[in-house]
Amino acid sequence: MSTAADDTLRTADGVPLKTSLRRATARRRVRTFLLVVPILAFLMVTFVFPVVDMMFRSVDNQIVSSVLPRTTLAIQSWDPGSEELPPEFVYEALVLDIQESFKDKTLGRAGRRLNYEKSGVMSLFRKSGRRAKRITEAPFKDQVLAIDERWADLETWQLIHQESSALTESYFLSAADLRVDYKGEISWKAEERRIYLFLFYRTLWMSGLITVFCLLLGYPIAFLLATLPPRHSNLLLILVLLPFWTSLLVRTTAWIALLQSEGVLNDLMVFLGFISDDGRLQMIHNKIGTFVAMTHILLPFMILPLYSVMKTIPSSYMRAARSLGASPFTSFVRVYMPNTVPGIGAGCILVFILSIGYYITPALVGGRTGTFISNIIALHISETLNWGLAAALGVILLALVLLLYFLYDRIVGVANMKLG
Amino acid sequence: MIQDAQDIVVFDRVQKSYDGETLVVKDLNLGIKTGEFLTMLGPSGSGKTTCLMMLAGFEPATHGEIYLNDKPINKVAPHRRNIGMVFQDYALFPHMTVTENLGFPLKVRKFRKSEIEAKVKRALDMVRLPEFGGRRPGQLSGGQQQRVAVARALVFEPDIVLMDEPLGALDKNLREEMQYEIKHLHEELGVTIVYVTHDQSEALTMSNRIAVFNDGVIQQLASPSVLYEQPENRFVAQFIGENNRLHGRVKSVEGQHCHVDLDGGGTIRALNVRVEGAGVRTTLSLRPERVIVACQEGEVDNRIVGRVEELIYLGDHIRARLSVSGTEEFVVKIPNTDRHSALREGTDVNLGWAAEDCRALDAPAEVAEPA
Repeated sequence: MSTAADDTLRTADGVPLKTSLRRATARRRVRTFLLVVPILAFLMVTFVFPVVDMMFRSVDNQIVSSVLPRTTLAIQSWDPGSEELPPEFVYEALVLDIQESFKDKTLGRAGRRLNYEKSGVMSLFRKSGRRAKRITEAPFKDQVLAIDERWADLETWQLIHQESSALTESYFLSAADLRVDYKGEISWKAEERRIYLFLFYRTLWMSGLITVFCLLLGYPIAFLLATLPPRHSNLLLILVLLPFWTSLLVRTTAWIALLQSEGVLNDLMVFLGFISDDGRLQMIHNKIGTFVAMTHILLPFMILPLYSVMKTIPSSYMRAARSLGASPFTSFVRVYMPNTVPGIGAGCILVFILSIGYYITPALVGGRTGTFISNIIALHISETLNWGLAAALGVILLALVLLLYFLYDRIVGVANMKLG
Repeated sequence: MIQDAQDIVVFDRVQKSYDGETLVVKDLNLGIKTGEFLTMLGPSGSGKTTCLMMLAGFEPATHGEIYLNDKPINKVAPHRRNIGMVFQDYALFPHMTVTENLGFPLKVRKFRKSEIEAKVKRALDMVRLPEFGGRRPGQLSGGQQQRVAVARALVFEPDIVLMDEPLGALDKNLREEMQYEIKHLHEELGVTIVYVTHDQSEALTMSNRIAVFNDGVIQQLASPSVLYEQPENRFVAQFIGENNRLHGRVKSVEGQHCHVDLDGGGTIRALNVRVEGAGVRTTLSLRPERVIVACQEGEVDNRIVGRVEELIYLGDHIRARLSVSGTEEFVVKIPNTDRHSALREGTDVNLGWAAEDCRALDAPAEVAEPA
């Protein structure tokens, strides 16, 4: 036996067993790692770095301090709570910064950044850039005030002071319909400008309802798939998978053709006399369109996990329940359904998570009332170019998904989930 | 079929077809007596499991009627038949504890809570698992799961319990232990058990009566000893236990006995079981343990020379394979006493047996008819 005082297991020559095991398997571990290196590198470059970079943009605020380095430094000595304008040397710094950045053509970037917080700053910067060239000597303050009276506005200076730090929480606050003033106090945005919380809320409840629809439609199909003889179930499974062979765009536009007011369904109902010609139903470019198209597109993601779980439930369970005296209904509810819970959990979380991040379908069929948070993120990425806000919205969405996943894990247990 | 007043289950001219082209069960007539342990024994595809499923109500009979307690049950749903069943894979519900599994049949019958508790406890004691009520089936060993499955099929005191190869998944030692346990439960409780298996030793150990199935037909329905000692036809003789077959043509029939000319030479006096008359072909069936080795002239009715091809030492007995009258598969079991010392591979030996032990049955070319 080991002579060591501790009770670690040792090999015959006294090396701790764990060390020995690690050495013995080292080669295999290296080989395993080498096999995944290419895909790992690919994912790092194409996925992890962009995502991390994008997430960083949600707090990144270096534009103002890099374009106006002297001003942002000088303004630190000024108390934004005082009722006075900044002293002369801040204006001097501002003039030098504006002259330099106007020459480098970077001034507009700072203007656009500050314009997110206070509209009008962009035009103020442009105007000042053109005119500041002529200012060469003191007194800077009076000459700057002469360019535009907005330079005499305390709010303009408070904003520059506020945004001169390298990191900002303003994107996140904005994404949550909040604003922060120069004193650092957080308050709600004006009523008519609060849109994001409402969109988050709509995304969540509509995704929840889509998940319920998928479950209600998918459960019987999955049951049928799992209980039919293989000859028939294979055909049915192909039908379930058929949508994957068709482009997502085609499937979505097919719904437009079917549901629009001059579409197949409305025409048919008018033809059959259910509705009058001018009473055509609005079934697309609103919530109904999003519900119908999303349920259709996400249905396979519900059916497949359910099917894979149901397939493993022996038919003898139901028979046993019947032979023990339970009616078909009782047998199903008390014996079969509890055994499908892992599939229900997997299907629901899969559909729900896919749904809250869905972009293309709500964008095409959602109109104004049926769009999701991802559509507004896309808007900020490609049209308003406010990437910081888009990143903040994205990070909140990601956090939401992780939170739901965590809750699911606590309640149902991820280990219970079966994806196939 | 004449119904016996004692019969709890009667199959009356039952036929079953799955595809409308072939019959899986052909004209089944069977009465199961109250309190008996009846085994349906047969190779796979012989129709025995189908019969059990028809009785349980999971498969409808294509033709004929099944009676339970004198009432036709063809149209009675499985859950109203009050038949307990033990499945091959036990079918214990994995999301319920052992107690909940056992309570399930009582709960759906709307028993009171206190009554359920008492009955479940009694059932657990009965299968010697009183400490395991809180466990889930996945935490039990195969044998324990098996016992719970049996307890669950018995806990609601059904008229009859069906068992579909319940011991198939257990290893050999456990299987033998469980055989005795089920047999003892049957004796204690007096419940009627219908047991399906393809394992003939299991059937012989446990049953009051065995119905040997082949090709959708009961070949013979008899007690284990009758089935072993007096098989009615070639299939039964072959399926139950080991047996030597010698082919030949009947030379003459004398009442209970007949003389048969073997194809490989020699004449044998045998018991006439299924021989119609002189001139027909027949198969002689002879149990290996009934053959006397190195037998003396005049000791028994038949005496023939065999050449020892192979000797296998099995501890308690020696198994000898000999070529006798043209067949090389003639097996003799010799108790491990001094008599086996006479045997050497490649030498000739005198074999003998009584006419009563050698049964003249149907010949292979014929289609076997129901017993």
